[in-house]
Amino acid sequence: MSDTSSSSPAPHGDHAPAHEESHDPTHFHFHKRLYLGVFGALMIGTLITVAVSYFHFGAADSEVGNITVGLIIAAAKAALVILFFMHMKEERSMIYKFMVPTFFFLLVLFGLCVFAINDHIHF
Amino acid sequence: MEIPYTVKPRPDTGLWNAKIGIWLFLASEVMLFGGLFSGYIFLRLGAAPGWWPHGLLNVPVGTLNTIILILSSVAVVFAWAALKMRQFGRYRVYMALTILCGVIFLGIKLGYEWPAKFHHFGAYIKDDSLHKYEQYLGNEHLAEVGIGRRIEITGVFPTKEDEEAYKNPEIKEFRLKLDAINADPTNEENDRPRFMPRPMSDKIATIAKEDVQYASFFVPRHNSYFAVYYLITGLHGLHVIGGLLVFGYFMLPVSTRLYEKDPEHLANRVEVAGLFWHFVDLVWIFAFPIFYLL
Repeated sequence: MSDTSSSSPAPHGDHAPAHEESHDPTHFHFHKRLYLGVFGALMIGTLITVAVSYFHFGAADSEVGNITVGLIIAAAKAALVILFFMHMKEERSMIYKFMVPTFFFLLVLFGLCVFAINDHIHF
Repeated sequence: MEIPYTVKPRPDTGLWNAKIGIWLFLASEVMLFGGLFSGYIFLRLGAAPGWWPHGLLNVPVGTLNTIILILSSVAVVFAWAALKMRQFGRYRVYMALTILCGVIFLGIKLGYEWPAKFHHFGAYIKDDSLHKYEQYLGNEHLAEVGIGRRIEITGVFPTKEDEEAYKNPEIKEFRLKLDAINADPTNEENDRPRFMPRPMSDKIATIAKEDVQYASFFVPRHNSYFAVYYLITGLHGLHVIGGLLVFGYFMLPVSTRLYEKDPEHLANRVEVAGLFWHFVDLVWIFAFPIFYLL
């Protein structure tokens, strides 16, 4: 993390009590407030997702507006989980080398769905 | 034989091996769930008017499960951090909390949500017969307010005898105790989604079999929505079970011994299992709105 200077040290954690501290050579910084902040943001995101589903966005006979809003909020929550809980923000480039193409192919997979528009399934 | 690079980074990748391994696995998982979510979008975009159901799942329960799963994600981060700080007692508390959250999630999903659906029944009415059931469908009202028409009547069998009678192919009609939406279809409360589900009515409808296009309990074959709902939440549930087994292993004496030998090795194991767990949480973050809300 680059912003360690701005976050004040947690009451306990950053400097663990001596009796449990052993031969750890890496100076581990536990960004407790950051994780709790992300947790709070995810909770608020969940409540917003539920709340906005009771409003209608876009044309009256279309669900596209609501689906767009719902997925944008879900994507924002997903980004928080990936960047902070999964440490993607401070991950090595090796992981990006295969996760970025994966994400690209995921979008391709979703893109295929345009073929379903105006081609209704009949039973 | 010592397994190499469990703690020290491998010079060419710059990472310890399990970290690379889990991310490669997650890449394949992204494509697995990506294909299923893509199938969901495909079926939904292609569904004929009236065939994509809304508001059949219990939103408060789904919201609760979302909160429980996010809570368990935070707990596993705290468990990992506790190991990094060499606080083994605290690690075990957070790990136990993670497992508890996962078990509650599964309990709600498999013990309550799924079984409730297996007793719920829906009958799609033939186009030519829709007018006969106008009092349950309210399509005139829906046309007025500009909402797509309703073609399905849902509810439960009022008695065990009704359920048994339905199995007889000879019967001409069957009775259904109606959901609020069909008991009172012109009520504007139905026109927008609700947080709290409306209680089931006492009203009983008699439906002629010849008017029914297709009817079944809310099992996977009932419609595309339930097929993809059970598939994605079922596969997600299997992932929750898998994660819980690994976390259970971390609570066993064998993991305590690993901690005593090399605490960093156990911390890395927890980190890798945590990455998997966050992915399971991610899948739910998308599954919750698309099945419960949209």
